[in-house]
Amino acid sequence: MDLNLIVSILNIAVVAGTSLVYATLGEILTERSGILNLGVEGIMIMGAVSAFAAAYHSNSAWVGVLTAMLVGGALALVHAFLTITMRAEQVVTGLAITIAGGGLASFLGQKLGPAGAPLVGLIGPRFREIPIPGLSQLPLIGKAVFSQDLLVYLMYLVVALVAYFLYRTRPGLHLRAVGENPQTADALGVSVFRVRYFYTMLGGVLMGVGGAHLSLAYTPGWTENLTGGRGWIAIALVIFAAWDPLRALLGALLFGSVNAIQFRLQAQGTTIPSNLLNMLPYILTVVVLVLTTWLEAFRKRVGAPAALGLPYNREERT
Amino acid sequence: MLPFTLKFERRLTVSRVATFLSPLAALLLALLFGAVLLATAGANPWTTYRAMFTGAFGSTYNWTETLVKATPLILTGMSVAIAFRMLFWNIGAEGQLVMGGIAAAWTALFLTERLAFLPDSPWVWLPLMMIMAIIAGAIWGLIPALLKAYLNVNEIITTLMFNYIAILWYRYLFTTAWKDPLGFGFPGSAEIPLYARLPRISGRLHLGIILAIAAVLLIWVIMDKTRRGYEIRLIGENRRAAEYAGVNIIRNIILVMVMSGGLAGLAGLAEVAGISFRLQHGLAAGYGFTGIIVAWLARLNPWGVVLVGVLLAGLLVGGDQIQISMGLPASVALVLQGAILLFVLGSEVFRSYRLRIIPRAPVALPPPEEAA
Repeated sequence: MDLNLIVSILNIAVVAGTSLVYATLGEILTERSGILNLGVEGIMIMGAVSAFAAAYHSNSAWVGVLTAMLVGGALALVHAFLTITMRAEQVVTGLAITIAGGGLASFLGQKLGPAGAPLVGLIGPRFREIPIPGLSQLPLIGKAVFSQDLLVYLMYLVVALVAYFLYRTRPGLHLRAVGENPQTADALGVSVFRVRYFYTMLGGVLMGVGGAHLSLAYTPGWTENLTGGRGWIAIALVIFAAWDPLRALLGALLFGSVNAIQFRLQAQGTTIPSNLLNMLPYILTVVVLVLTTWLEAFRKRVGAPAALGLPYNREERT
Repeated sequence: MLPFTLKFERRLTVSRVATFLSPLAALLLALLFGAVLLATAGANPWTTYRAMFTGAFGSTYNWTETLVKATPLILTGMSVAIAFRMLFWNIGAEGQLVMGGIAAAWTALFLTERLAFLPDSPWVWLPLMMIMAIIAGAIWGLIPALLKAYLNVNEIITTLMFNYIAILWYRYLFTTAWKDPLGFGFPGSAEIPLYARLPRISGRLHLGIILAIAAVLLIWVIMDKTRRGYEIRLIGENRRAAEYAGVNIIRNIILVMVMSGGLAGLAGLAEVAGISFRLQHGLAAGYGFTGIIVAWLARLNPWGVVLVGVLLAGLLVGGDQIQISMGLPASVALVLQGAILLFVLGSEVFRSYRLRIIPRAPVALPPPEEAA
């Protein structure tokens, strides 16, 4: 393979994987607190549509990102309220968020353009590549890592922060404790409710940013079904990553490179029909999930937080 | 600070009143939420809702259209409900439906040619198409079931990914491999022969609705009247107890997913052999996902699935109507569906809990005076 091809695949892999990294980190924080949020797909697509609409009307991509963060946090708050306070079934609640989010995004996409027109086909502000002088000249990885948009650079920072926070700080320890053993955490004076609310919402904020990266940088603009199942891939990546932020980065890059190879083949005019080529990430998700689960079964411990998906009720110690 | 705190207290028994009232309250709140949304979009909520209602149930014709959409919804709702009963989270009804549709179309388009010695009779081909559709849906449900049963692979992800794979394959078939050369460039397969079509009852309403009701009846008998059904329910309610009682979990997971996938596959047959008569755009219309809402709102009860299936079908038809007559996006119906489900999820707590208002005690209580 020639070097330029590798460089270009790596370059696309990073930008294609960025939204996945944000969403996967968001879900990791959520699940670490013991809450399973299957609404990622719905939150991401709401993040994408609201980011684009806000950026278009304010003519500022950053306003778009902020809006997506707010929208993501708000939707995650709905999930938190229903599952934590109202004790609703977590799996079905997440699905409901995805279904409602998808419908609402489609509705808003047809209404939020200028004077109630659709958003489809509009061109708005976007994040452009800003090569970092010097570093972007590095051989092989320079262009891929250091010639990207600002949300990609921010993503590096967020991965490092989350990893440090989770393993090296006291609140990070509290978060892990709540997900592993809420009774003990409670007995030590950690408010299980507060921790679960906070990280479910923070997770939603990150998922929102993931959606924003799609509509403001990766594939700028709004189209129906823009996320195309990335939210679900993110949930699979959480399992692949064994709830670890750095492994999440790795997994997202793997998926990003599959996207990149897809593009490459399409650009070269492959004879493989695009519909079959587009199956790749979904087949890969299943394969990766099966392998991960299979490998985990050999080790003693599966990486999931022990209290994941279980409601916590102070009065009923079950 | 508020002068009181709110607290959920577990009821001794599930409240019948709350079981009945909470979904109604949830429905009203969802409609209210929709009204706010419609009003901000510049539409009059009241006239919109009226238009939706008459669009769905206003005349015999509208009723048949609603039942046309209820047919796949009842089947996918039933498919989801039996899997959820066992706490097997099958999110893959959409893909299983698509696979059923593909198998039905393949049988009608290609198997008819290979088995040309068979008579061109609906009595031969419709049952054959049904069997093929059920098998195809069942296989598509079986793979995640086997992965779950033997390797404990998360079924939510696998069933969901199988949706995308099935949908892309179906798109490939009708746009490329099976594309009708006589179709003037429009993407879609050739039409299936007349004898491979489900007979119509009234308007576009076809025999599929009868098949759906029959399937519900069959599943109801299996789930509520047989030992196997009891085992499946037991696994869902208390997996550990089921294990101790010697229930074979692996076998039941496989059985349930074969039934679940088969039901969704049957929905695919109903769409292809009853409505579109060819493989074309629109088979993956989201019935699999709406089936999840149907199943949950019906509390996973077979006859509840029929009722909720018809109501949500009415919502979809009403949504199409306001798109035609008022120029509002049909996605209003999707938003309403999602909102209804969310509000119902939020209200279910009242079935087993009551909300207690506990007045806050004054902070510094003087020590009680000792009786002299």
